[in-house]
Amino acid sequence: MSTSSRNLLNRRHALRGAALAALALPLAACGSGSGGSSDETTSLTVLDYYADDPDNGIFQSALEAAAQKVGVTIKREAVNGTGLIQKVLQMISSRTLPDLLMLDNPDLQQIAATGALVPLTSLGFSADGFIDGFVGAGTYGDELYAMGPCANTLGLYYDQDALSQAGLEVPTTWDELKAAAQALTTGDRYGIAFCAKASYEGSWQFLPFFWSAGADETDIATQEAAGALQLWVDLVNNGWASQGVLNWSQIEVGEQFTSRKAAMVIDGPWLTTTFENSDVNWAVAEIPVPRAGDTSVSPLGGEMWTIPETGDPTRQAKAMELLTVLLSDDSILELNTTRYTIPTKEAVDADYVAALAQMEPLVTAVNNGRSRTAQLGEGWPKTAEALYNAIQSALTGQAQPLAALETAKADFLS
Amino acid sequence: MTSTTETPARRAMRLKEELAKWTFLAPALLFLVLFFGYPIVKNVMMSVQEYTTRTFYTGEAPWVGFDNYIAVVSSSVFGTAMLNTLLFTVGSIAGQFTIGLALAVFFKKRFPLNGVMRSLMLLPWLLPMIVSSAIWKWMLDKDSGIINEILGVVGVDAVPWLTSTNVALAAVVIVNIWLGIPFNMTILYSGLQDIPDELYEAAALDGAVGWRAFRSITWPLLRPVVSVVLILGVVYTLKVLDIILGLTDGGPANATVTLATQSYKLSFANFEFGQGAALGNILVIISLVFAVVYLRVSHAEKED
Repeated sequence: MSTSSRNLLNRRHALRGAALAALALPLAACGSGSGGSSDETTSLTVLDYYADDPDNGIFQSALEAAAQKVGVTIKREAVNGTGLIQKVLQMISSRTLPDLLMLDNPDLQQIAATGALVPLTSLGFSADGFIDGFVGAGTYGDELYAMGPCANTLGLYYDQDALSQAGLEVPTTWDELKAAAQALTTGDRYGIAFCAKASYEGSWQFLPFFWSAGADETDIATQEAAGALQLWVDLVNNGWASQGVLNWSQIEVGEQFTSRKAAMVIDGPWLTTTFENSDVNWAVAEIPVPRAGDTSVSPLGGEMWTIPETGDPTRQAKAMELLTVLLSDDSILELNTTRYTIPTKEAVDADYVAALAQMEPLVTAVNNGRSRTAQLGEGWPKTAEALYNAIQSALTGQAQPLAALETAKADFLS
Repeated sequence: MTSTTETPARRAMRLKEELAKWTFLAPALLFLVLFFGYPIVKNVMMSVQEYTTRTFYTGEAPWVGFDNYIAVVSSSVFGTAMLNTLLFTVGSIAGQFTIGLALAVFFKKRFPLNGVMRSLMLLPWLLPMIVSSAIWKWMLDKDSGIINEILGVVGVDAVPWLTSTNVALAAVVIVNIWLGIPFNMTILYSGLQDIPDELYEAAALDGAVGWRAFRSITWPLLRPVVSVVLILGVVYTLKVLDIILGLTDGGPANATVTLATQSYKLSFANFEFGQGAALGNILVIISLVFAVVYLRVSHAEKED
């Protein structure tokens, strides 16, 4: 065997080795993703509760597009709404949190309190330009832990044809709301429907009335709060709203609207697609206020994205890059116009309203909106529980509104 | 042959046998300790700790003694939840058992399509709870539910099934009865199969048929199966959660709240894990009481 042929053989070996190394490289980078730090992050894990379409598909492609921009791939998991928080707690204790985690905004406080999240500001994120209420919802202690592209709130959805047939203007005050509810109540159709369920959904729906009346979550048993509760009691007791409100979820309230069993409903933008696909000629307005001239104060809803403490700064930086793309003006406009949700940046509002003029009242509502946790932080769930207990007690006639609120306050908040 | 006369060789044999026995038992014991012992111990510990969302990350949960139990028991909801749990359990079991037994006796007779009908009766068992509760919620709707539509035809006013504090518990019990019938029917039916036909033939010759045969033959011979069905039914019904949450969420105005739903809400809606565990333990103790009663009863029956 000549020396040249031996050299050739060695070269072939070397080449094969290099080829193997090249193959192994991306594998190694993937492998290190779950554990220690790596110089190059090629894949990020994502967890959210957009498990149902259309949101599932919308976020899958939005996240993929953002990932492509920052040069990574994503491994996304979507669990059902109520399952998310339990999964997150379990992941926190087993230290298996994803790189990017979505939370419903009222839950943010509880999870931030664990210490499992990284303040976004420490990763170089600035909340400039985002609406105050949403910044408040994402803040725990003095640090910003979460931000999201899409906000929602509650509005008064109404059947335009029913209103014009009855010769009514869109109600803006409580008196007008009662008058409209009465006028629109016919044989098999109620004037209005809302959700007064024995869960946080019921408390959330009560907040626009509670806050607009001047009541405050730091003391739920006040004349103002009782006034707001009295409005709901009047609507049900007069037969302008069904007793079913005690038990309907917001989705079921939406079904009342699309099946023409309620002419007006309190509901949120996440149901707009459903309304758009029905044959009801819908429009939406801000929720009526106690007296003309009052400001309608609505609760801010929507999901927020967080970056968990995974112990790998390079991955966290990459996740922040991805989140920044998701929170860019273009992405916010795109996501909200496809989902009928409301932009979290005022700078995007003009383009959004140009695309979806009928959503303008909710844009105003979101910009005046208030987060549920801003005042009470981790204490909000307890107050929400007290509120829905008071609501149920008053609507079933067990107690007068003020007495119901006082009992609930004593039972749950003392 | 007492142990005093045992030779050393025999003793060694016995020891080996013992060892072999425990070796075979070991996997089962390990399984029990791991999957039943640990959660129970953990739950007891949790109930005397201040266990918050923070604990999941830091692992720190200060001991608070019986504070969680005191908080849970002195809560305004506790009395209602206790009473509702009792009414729900007694009502459900009474309904499920009587209808289940009646159907089991009915299906013991041979007639065409018996098998098909019996399989159809199992349907409630096969459906996921969440689906059953969603469909029942829809059927029980006061304004547009099918049940009220049917009642309307015979001239009964619309019943506020799930929205009246007076009716909601009954409605929830009715749905739970519907869910529990297949279990009761199946177990009781298999118990009936074990009773020899000759007994009935002999009794018939003596003129005991129908109700008399049921009382003198069926019921006494079915007793062991009946106690199993009832005890399992009680333990199972005490912890029913999804069907109540799906139908009413414990409302209206806590009319359908039970120990199980309240424990769930404390833990997973309010993040009061310590209190949720405390209430869960109270529920476990109540179940244990029934289990002990069951063991006593079956023991006494054996001695008879």
